[in-house]
Amino acid sequence: MSLLLEPTAQDIKNDKIYREMGLTDEEFGMVESILGRLPNYTELGLFSVMWSEHCSYKNSKPLLKKFPVTGERVLQGPGEGAGIVDIGDGQAVAFKIESHNHPSAIEPYQGAATGVGGIIRDVFSMGARPIAILNSLRFGELDSARVRYLFEEVVAGIAGYGNCIGIPTVGGEIQFDASYDGNPLVNAMCVGLIDHKDIQKGQAKGVGNTVMYVGAKTGRDGIHGATFASEELSDASEEKRPAVQVGDPFMEKLLLEACLELIKSDALIGIQDMGAAGLTSSSAEMASKAGSGIEMDLDLVPQRETGMTGYEMMLSESQERMLIVIEKGREKEIQELFHKYDLDAVAVGHVTDDHHLRLIHKGETIADVPVDALAEDAPVYHKPSSEPRYYREFQAIENTEPEVENIEETLLKLLKQPTIASKEWVYDQYDYQVRTNTVVTPGSDAAVLRIRGTEKALAMTTDCNSRYLYLDPETGGKIAVAEAARNIVCSGGLPLAITDCLNFGNPEKPEIFWQMEKAVDGMSEACNVLNAPVIGGNVSLYNETNGTAVYPTPVVGMVGLIENVDHITTQSFKKAGDLVYVIGETATEFGGSELQKLVHGNIFGKSPELDLTIESGRQAQLLQAIQNGLISSAHDLAEGGLAVALAESTFGTDGLGVEVDTNGSVITALFSETQSRFLVSVDPENQAAFEKLVADAEKIGHVTAQSALIIRNEGQAVVNRPVQDFEASWRGAIACLLS
Amino acid sequence: MKFAVIVFPGSNCDIDMYHAIKDELGEEAEFVWHDTENLDGFDGILLPGGFSYGDYLRSGSIARFSSVMKEVVKAAEAGKPVLGVCNGFQILLEAGLLPGAMLRNKKLKFMCRTVGLRVENNDTMFTKNYEEGQMIQIPIAHGEGNYYCDDKTYNQLKDNGQIAFTYALENPNGSLGDIAGITNSKGNVLGMMPHPERAVDSLLGSADGLKLFQSIVKHWRDSNVITA
Repeated sequence: MSLLLEPTAQDIKNDKIYREMGLTDEEFGMVESILGRLPNYTELGLFSVMWSEHCSYKNSKPLLKKFPVTGERVLQGPGEGAGIVDIGDGQAVAFKIESHNHPSAIEPYQGAATGVGGIIRDVFSMGARPIAILNSLRFGELDSARVRYLFEEVVAGIAGYGNCIGIPTVGGEIQFDASYDGNPLVNAMCVGLIDHKDIQKGQAKGVGNTVMYVGAKTGRDGIHGATFASEELSDASEEKRPAVQVGDPFMEKLLLEACLELIKSDALIGIQDMGAAGLTSSSAEMASKAGSGIEMDLDLVPQRETGMTGYEMMLSESQERMLIVIEKGREKEIQELFHKYDLDAVAVGHVTDDHHLRLIHKGETIADVPVDALAEDAPVYHKPSSEPRYYREFQAIENTEPEVENIEETLLKLLKQPTIASKEWVYDQYDYQVRTNTVVTPGSDAAVLRIRGTEKALAMTTDCNSRYLYLDPETGGKIAVAEAARNIVCSGGLPLAITDCLNFGNPEKPEIFWQMEKAVDGMSEACNVLNAPVIGGNVSLYNETNGTAVYPTPVVGMVGLIENVDHITTQSFKKAGDLVYVIGETATEFGGSELQKLVHGNIFGKSPELDLTIESGRQAQLLQAIQNGLISSAHDLAEGGLAVALAESTFGTDGLGVEVDTNGSVITALFSETQSRFLVSVDPENQAAFEKLVADAEKIGHVTAQSALIIRNEGQAVVNRPVQDFEASWRGAIACLLS
Repeated sequence: MKFAVIVFPGSNCDIDMYHAIKDELGEEAEFVWHDTENLDGFDGILLPGGFSYGDYLRSGSIARFSSVMKEVVKAAEAGKPVLGVCNGFQILLEAGLLPGAMLRNKKLKFMCRTVGLRVENNDTMFTKNYEEGQMIQIPIAHGEGNYYCDDKTYNQLKDNGQIAFTYALENPNGSLGDIAGITNSKGNVLGMMPHPERAVDSLLGSADGLKLFQSIVKHWRDSNVITA
């Protein structure tokens, strides 16, 4: 009997067993004083997971407060399963992004799959119908066999879960850099659609109401997952493999349909996903939010293994489970509803008024703790921050151009860089069409889904260039938000809000905390200026392997509203004769650029600058031009600069080419990564109206019927080659690196 | 004309099929749960794609034991049009309504893309609105679409005109004879891996699948006029 092996309260204190669970001596002292006695082993487990960074944000809370979280469209800000934004006509969009980095580093297929499963549950626990999945992935360089394994398995895990549950995986981004070698980042985002009247909350209201457990049975998988997620990875992490959960998308499909049927019932009071910290966090948080308490009899919890202890049940992170609170006396109808889907729905407890979480097992009270102590009173740390030396050094470096001999060859090489190259190898494995709403499929600036029964559509994207953030976290943070907004605008949408996933190293290191602080400052400012509040997200810290941190990677997930499907715009050129414009001036900015990485093998110097006023003005003008029907194609200038954007705009156009003239230094003109720039094509008929509306647009050439990419600089041909050559390099690069 | 869209636990293209029929084709459609024991009121049966029973054991192998499948067999025997798409095709194979079996894709990976199909036989109730040899664009999304059968069966399929669609430009999954869709010998049961219900609205890229559904309706109208 494993129960007998549990240490006594006194052993826990004497042998400092709490340290193994991630609690410090001071934190253990706090628990002791909250309870007025020593915690037993089960209670210690509850505190340890609820006070982990993953659940409590104890190291990041002071920073998260800086984000703007309100706005005229925000119906639900941070704090629930997902944030919700109004899109008019009684409809709203719910979305959130979350990390599953540590599990994916150890067991990539299941780690990624359950990351997708978890974020989907967050969205449907709000009452929303999940309509799309996106992701943001970071891996080391593909020349390592381990990285190739992680990459292939993560993609397969995302595909395996999303395809089976039948929610289209419509977009995302992937970057490759040595800083992610041992610690890949796997962030999954889910977007859902909801009617205002169906919005749910995770609240345990009404004394005497019934607490029900619905969904899959509880096993011993994922115990202490949240604690594990709040540690650095090391060679010993392989031992934590049992802390990784196993996903069952079929079960979740049943749970999804059952829960969406459930929200139509007036018996439902509150619903919350059993995600990180499973039964513990869902029960404690639901009671805490409602100002109530919960008592549960753990003998009633559906279990798939025998002899489970209360500790194991409370800390299990078995997937595909939900905790619901319903009106007392209506258990039977809820059970019938779930029975239709062959799912368990079991009354395991009731709502109390004593603000405690009380757990009964085998007739004995095995835990009795204040819910607020678990859910609200975790310590908050203001970590010391210190500017790293590298930052000063980089800031002192003058902007210069990397040396390039052959422009055409350089462009071919850039297009083969895995960060730029086509991600077709990846999204070919994702069902991005199921539910038949995907208008713009993966590969354009943002994915676009129509909203059936309306004229409207939603644009969605994930973005973060962590190289800029490493060089300058504040500017890089601004750029991450601005670039996401650019992608939404290029698709014809108005940015509504963002969700963020803050992936950083160990916050106990002052240089890492400084990166977090600066990045959040930059992001907050950009969110304010671009009117895109933060409606939720997730923090993933301790992304380090054997002491080396990943680049600061605060991924931005953004959703935008397209008023009319006629406004949907893609990056591909549409017809020969259209005029080609660049919006925005170009400076010599190569810090963190693809060209710098290609030429020097590393990155250094200053990140590109960003003026948010200019950014916001240009975005507004471009969106207006799109809405006025003046734009044939639009693409933001990002990694690899103008040359890469020009090439990408010719791909997949069935034979169109482009001919342009640029001026000044050719390397800057073609490859600089100056921000706030767009490449658009315009029907000559619309030339006058477009030029009048968009102030900073410069005409550089036109789309041709001849499938060639022709670039002249100062009158001299620097690129003149069939589109097919560039497209083949770009399209085949990732498959080639993997084989 | 009234269609039943059969919903198994894990079906996920049921909603797409429903909208294709209701919104684009303009006919009646109703979701029918897998435990139904009567399909008498329906003129056509649609088995949608997805992952019935999570594809556990083998695609379609559990779904075929659902009580509704007895009714589907009855409907097929009665000559009603029965269309299985993707997982629906796999279920029809498992149920023995169509010959052959499905292997994993040759590259062992799930594939989602729009592919070119050739209409091999336009003399069926599912294809009469197409031209023979017509090229159409229809999306695929599957991990197990590599159709296989023995030589004898393949020759029968060919000789009887049971091969309705083949992959025209590239064979994405390695299927025998580039087969994308086959009918039974009577011609009233069609199984196909590509998703015609995903190609009914040009906003989403292609509307080439609509003619398949229109063919079914045309056939039903024509035969009902005769029997009336």
